Amino acid sequence: MNAEMPLLRFLLLPVLVAGLAFLASAQDEPDLPDGLGDAPELPAGLHADDEPADEPDLPDGLFDDAPPPDEPSEHRKTLRDILDLTGFLEVRGGLRTQRDNYEKDASIGETRLHLETETRGATSGIEAVADFLYDPVLNRPDIDIEDGQGWIDLRAANAYFTPVPTMDVKIGRQILTWGTGDLLFVNDLFPKDWVSFFIGRDVEYLKAPSDAAKVSLFGENANLDVIYTPQFDPDRFITGRRISYYNSTLGRIAGRDAIVQAQTPDAPFRDDEVALRLYRNIAAYELALYGYHGFWKTPVGRNAAGTKATFPRLSVYGASVRGPLRKGIGNVEIGYYDSEQDRSGSDPLVRNSELRMLLGYEQDLPRIAKDFTLGLQYYLERMMGRRAYRRTLPAGTPAKGRDRHVFTVRLTRLLWQQNLKLSLFTFYSPSDSDTYLRPNANYKINDHWSVEVGGNVFGGKHRTTFFGQFENNSNVYAAMRYSF
Amino acid sequence: MITQTNHLLAIGLFLVLAAAIASAGEDPGQTADQLTADEIVDNAMRVSYYQGADGSARVKMTITDPQGRVRDRELSIIRRDDLPKDEEDKNDEFLGDQKFYVYFKRPADVRKMAFMVYKHVNAADDRWLYLSSLDLVKRIASTEERTSFAGSHFFYEDVSGRNKEEDVHELLQTTKSYYVMKNTPKNPDLVEFAHYKTWIHRKTFIVVKAEYYDDKGEKYREYKAVKVEHVQGYPTVTRARMTDDRIGGYTDVEYSSVKYNIGLPDKIFTERYLRKAPIKYLR
Repeated sequence: MNAEMPLLRFLLLPVLVAGLAFLASAQDEPDLPDGLGDAPELPAGLHADDEPADEPDLPDGLFDDAPPPDEPSEHRKTLRDILDLTGFLEVRGGLRTQRDNYEKDASIGETRLHLETETRGATSGIEAVADFLYDPVLNRPDIDIEDGQGWIDLRAANAYFTPVPTMDVKIGRQILTWGTGDLLFVNDLFPKDWVSFFIGRDVEYLKAPSDAAKVSLFGENANLDVIYTPQFDPDRFITGRRISYYNSTLGRIAGRDAIVQAQTPDAPFRDDEVALRLYRNIAAYELALYGYHGFWKTPVGRNAAGTKATFPRLSVYGASVRGPLRKGIGNVEIGYYDSEQDRSGSDPLVRNSELRMLLGYEQDLPRIAKDFTLGLQYYLERMMGRRAYRRTLPAGTPAKGRDRHVFTVRLTRLLWQQNLKLSLFTFYSPSDSDTYLRPNANYKINDHWSVEVGGNVFGGKHRTTFFGQFENNSNVYAAMRYSF
Repeated sequence: MITQTNHLLAIGLFLVLAAAIASAGEDPGQTADQLTADEIVDNAMRVSYYQGADGSARVKMTITDPQGRVRDRELSIIRRDDLPKDEEDKNDEFLGDQKFYVYFKRPADVRKMAFMVYKHVNAADDRWLYLSSLDLVKRIASTEERTSFAGSHFFYEDVSGRNKEEDVHELLQTTKSYYVMKNTPKNPDLVEFAHYKTWIHRKTFIVVKAEYYDDKGEKYREYKAVKVEHVQGYPTVTRARMTDDRIGGYTDVEYSSVKYNIGLPDKIFTERYLRKAPIKYLR
């Protein structure tokens, strides 16, 4: 047998070569790309010892023989990890694009220092966020910590902890958001700052802080959020101080000459708010049920004397679903607004109950352009008890329609390696015949500096509709920010 | 004649058997040469994205534009293999669905932003974004995989792994150090390349280089592993560079504090921890 082995090997060689050649010809041999062109086209496997010109060197740490022992890299703790203070300094200015007889020409002019700090332990932490403002437009030196007026706007000051593994608690001033809408809110009844939104502050300022306790429970089948606000936190609504509006008592547009005087319910633990959300995911779909008990967030009522705006009692019951739909994300959200002080709809001083509904869809459009996203929404507000409303409407007051329909379109495009963001958000209401456009361009010059320009453009057939009344407030703005 | 044919058949059979025995008796490393292209790609996928049951790392990205201006990104990334319930993965062979969580630390304007992905091998991924300043959990459409990740030269797909089934893989060459693969997209309309080549280290299955070509056969994009470390026995790329001539410039990425098998609970990848970052696992 020993004598036969060399012979066998000798015989084997041509068989193997033939076999390999057969295999190589059986597969569709690709053309070698540029740079490998000089090499003859030989079947795979026969190049075993060749080192083609474009073959990469082995990187540090890789060897053809045995691997070296472990050498895990360690992260060096920097000062930044220990002292967690960040924020930005911003200058922002804006002008009305037309004269407004009731407001200044400057829509915004402020210098803002935003500071954030957070300290976290294993199961607890504290967070504080404050904005310091210098604002010659408003020239109101007194501070109101509730409505964010004055030189300081405290946006967060809270403590959070995890008393048991299935529960999170956050107590104090905090920003709260839930629901599925994009700049439209059905079940999110946390305070909004519409003034900031309309005069061209960063969109993060649309959310005003709540002074609340948030308790979150996490279960096997569902999760529950309970948010208790002991003292009602209204929206930072349009008062006329910065933005002119339609005043139904005067029957005309008004502004600084007729600042809305509101009676805000403010008795702690009596004028309180409770918001609930029960939610879970089923496959890729997010399902949620919502409940709210408190007050209308803007003063949609009037006192009997007609001298003051009021916040009538409100409860909201709602639901939402969000998840993949075709090539994008779809969402549906509904909410029933139970206006408790006017369930029949016959009290002209209190807004009627409403059914609110939202349908949304968002998709990116890579075939049209890279980093290009389209978002569409349809929103409905349907008045309940309209017959009673019409019957009791004071003579001379223009009657609202039963339905308010709003369509929104969001176009977002990222350019220049995502450093330039162009966006246009459009509200259009066919029932009110009014529009609101929010164009914006934001450019990140580098990791610290960014600049942005944008506008808030209102238009409408009538001066009494939601967006139409703000026509004289159309504005353009520019801002420069240094982040640290 | 009949006996002669039988005799030849017998010799043929003997030769085949002998060849098998002879090759088996040689350097065991040689058996790897018999891996199919798909097996090589599977191994490379495993080493790039699936080592251990889970993992975490700190990531530093340095983006250099064509004018030489530099932008930095700092983030933490955690990953968990989404093994079906009651299934075990003793040999770490799992190549299925995964969950990712990315927590941004720098620059200041994206600080505390969290990004969560449920990566599905056989369906579109689910993606969420959390914006802390608005306390907003946003759902993100995810049709586009080949778009910049955080403004860098890396694409989403480079971070979470391109689905193997989207390309046809061919073994072009086996060199002393590498398997040289050619990968051609099954649906060229969905991607910006005509094909790409990968140099996969034979010993470790680390992708050392990837070159992307356009339909004229011109190379326009290149990935290169610069440094490899062995962490808990797993070969791990800890420094790499992506160059893209179409965009211009390049991004260097550096991984530190790499850990495997940290026992990440599945519940980390939920809305609860989007809103409240799981700092314990992100350090």
